[in-house]
Amino acid sequence: MSNPENLGYTEEHEWVDLGDAGTATVGITVYAAEALGDVVFVQLPEVGDKLVAGDTCGEIESTKSVSDLYAPVNGEVVAVNEAVVDDPGVVNTDPFGEGWLFKVAVEGDTDLLDVAAYNALTKED
Amino acid sequence: MSNPSPLHAVHEALGASFTDFAGWAMPLRYGSELAEHKAVREASGLFDLSHMGEIELTGPEAARALDYALVGYLSKVKPGRARYTMICDADGGVLDDLVVYRLATDHYMVVANASNAAVVAEALRERSTGFAVEVNDRSATCALIAVQGPTSAEIVRKVTGSDLDKLSYYASVPATAAGHDVLLARTGYTGEDGFELYSEAEHAQDIWNAITEIGQDHGLVPAGLACRDTLRLEAGMPLYGNELGPEFTPFDAGLGRVVKFEKPGDFVGREALERRKDNIVGTVRVGLTSTGRRAPRHGYPVLDGDGNPVGTVTSGALSPTLGHPIAMAYVPTALSEPGTALAVDIRGTSTPVEVVELPFYQRPA
Repeated sequence: MSNPENLGYTEEHEWVDLGDAGTATVGITVYAAEALGDVVFVQLPEVGDKLVAGDTCGEIESTKSVSDLYAPVNGEVVAVNEAVVDDPGVVNTDPFGEGWLFKVAVEGDTDLLDVAAYNALTKED
Repeated sequence: MSNPSPLHAVHEALGASFTDFAGWAMPLRYGSELAEHKAVREASGLFDLSHMGEIELTGPEAARALDYALVGYLSKVKPGRARYTMICDADGGVLDDLVVYRLATDHYMVVANASNAAVVAEALRERSTGFAVEVNDRSATCALIAVQGPTSAEIVRKVTGSDLDKLSYYASVPATAAGHDVLLARTGYTGEDGFELYSEAEHAQDIWNAITEIGQDHGLVPAGLACRDTLRLEAGMPLYGNELGPEFTPFDAGLGRVVKFEKPGDFVGREALERRKDNIVGTVRVGLTSTGRRAPRHGYPVLDGDGNPVGTVTSGALSPTLGHPIAMAYVPTALSEPGTALAVDIRGTSTPVEVVELPFYQRPA
């Protein structure tokens, strides 16, 4: 599964879809999902939370490890994907689709990697 | 560069994710570790365990040498049988937990964890000084394939043509698989009925392929180290480096039964262990369960009713079979009774847990 070209990425292996004017949809990349293994628990920020890019805003657990989720952009959380909370395995099966995690009403500028930069980053790892 | 298993090419062809384990590149998972875990509980899983250490002792005093070197009473083990035992240092600390097969009157095979294989081989050599015994570390040329799960007996019966009704738990027998000599043992580390096949490394691929072919009608899937860890945790089995290490004696780990003081003569650690056996004043290994989905994990603090740290989690996961978090931990003896309410600090959140009997999971009789 390759990384979609229309998305932005972070060094923490999150993807950000800025396609919906002013609202960013956030998930983790297939690279992250494969590295984690089967995801068994996600803790997401709550609707109304104010996020600061780079700060932790949740957790994602696989059978073996726990990882922080980082806010990729500044803004207010406007939606969270409850289906993923109920069935975290969707993060593995459809990381760029049904496995999205939360949506943010973006404030200010964003600082994201393009797909080429992200692909280069994950090749180095 | 990690040492590749003799089955490395097979794992690559199967699309495995690899992990470095004690200097070996071993398959972590082939696809979903939860699916592999489930397959072992409901059908069978095929494991490559070639990273484990195999050390043979041969000679007229092999039994006496092992009685001295290990905490178990190995001269009491009948040929064809195996024992779970430990090798301790002079202070009683656990250097490794072992499965020892007695293959013949004067022939034993000691199976050590990969991370300790060299240490165990060296200790056995040193401790054999003065005994008429030869110690051979065969780890580098010995492959180990395990078939674990409720359909494993049927698969192994077809692969080896052996009558498994005569092969009881913790027994071994010479057999053949894919035309090659193997040592076939009914042992395992998953809580299921299961078999382990020891062979020369150069034959491992043939044997793996033969088992895979026959296993496909019995729900067999290749299974990696990730699911092996959740399986052994559900079965309440200790893992060296988590529940076992030189800082613990077998008594601390709740496994004092492996220490056989009744055997004649001295053994390494006897004096320290004699002192320790009736004097467990520190912490002991317990099982913990909780509700919810967030698991206590290795290194998380265990808290008493007042929120004071009293112990440490050694292993933990959301149990794939049971659907709730399970963990093992060391806690003070006074707080180790099943039913005791404790808590675990899960990344800053105090989460209630209850002390429970081990194992968490037992296969249906």
